[in-house]
Amino acid sequence: MSETARWRAEVFVSLRPGVNDPQGLAVRDGLRRLGYEEVEDVRVGRYVQVWLRAPDVETAERRVAAMCEQLLANPVVEHYRFIIEPA
Amino acid sequence: MRFGIVTFPGSNGDHDALMAVRLGLGQPAELVWHTETDLSNYDCIVIPGGFSYGDYLRAGAIARFAPVMQAVAREAEAGKPVLGICNGFQILTEAHLLPGALLRNASLEFVCDWVWVRVEQTRTPWTSQLAPGTLLRLPIAHGEGRYYVDEKTLAELERAGQIVFRYVDAKGNATPEANPNGSVANIAGVCNVRGNVVGLMPHPERAFDRLIGGDDGLQILASVLAVGLEVVRGRGGH
Repeated sequence: MSETARWRAEVFVSLRPGVNDPQGLAVRDGLRRLGYEEVEDVRVGRYVQVWLRAPDVETAERRVAAMCEQLLANPVVEHYRFIIEPA
Repeated sequence: MRFGIVTFPGSNGDHDALMAVRLGLGQPAELVWHTETDLSNYDCIVIPGGFSYGDYLRAGAIARFAPVMQAVAREAEAGKPVLGICNGFQILTEAHLLPGALLRNASLEFVCDWVWVRVEQTRTPWTSQLAPGTLLRLPIAHGEGRYYVDEKTLAELERAGQIVFRYVDAKGNATPEANPNGSVANIAGVCNVRGNVVGLMPHPERAFDRLIGGDDGLQILASVLAVGLEVVRGRGGH
């Protein structure tokens, strides 16, 4: 069988802990103003979906991690994590 | 001295830079489209401001993959003077030609204003003709200009003399009030280890004549001409 499997990666990118996130602070203040006083902290990030072909999930993970390092996230200031499932 | 000014889709400071070099310095300058792969004809390179590729993903993130950027990296490696202004600074950090990253302004507002910057480093071709501590009044216009490096990298930059410009007040003091975007240590511009690649958020090319509000930016652009003179001397005086 030559056809490789199709996968969908959901990538979550956010600012590293310790990097000031003024967007998160603005959203936090907005939620509190709406009455959600229990809100302690908010950090705003980016959500990316990638569909790709790979023979197995390990290969897909390796490829997506490389994509994150090279383009989807800026490792100088951002963290990333992802979930991969068959698509 | 021939200036090459790179135009990306979404650049908007390219013509400002062209005018500043031609009218302000009286030097030849050309716009170079982002698909160009050879910059060897130019004596120095300017990556101008704007919103290349709509600032999609992150400011400068997509421009980094333009064909011309390989040529920029090659010329930078060869020691040619490279200046990144505003979006050009963001592109050079994304391309890892300069350290750090530029994040959303701490105020979350786009700032369009005139600021004072202090020259911190004069070993770069873009500041070589300025006295250390010179104050320049320059315009800024950006939403993502908050320079960030972690504390360890900041210490390295200080040690290696890579901080080129700082935001200061009119008296030259780097106060929190003089910092328009929340940059660490009031940093407005940095250089690479070698010093030939400089990036800054303020716009020297928009301050080349008193008619447009100021001409302090000309001092940065004119500094590089000293390098041109050296090149000419190296060629045997012609």
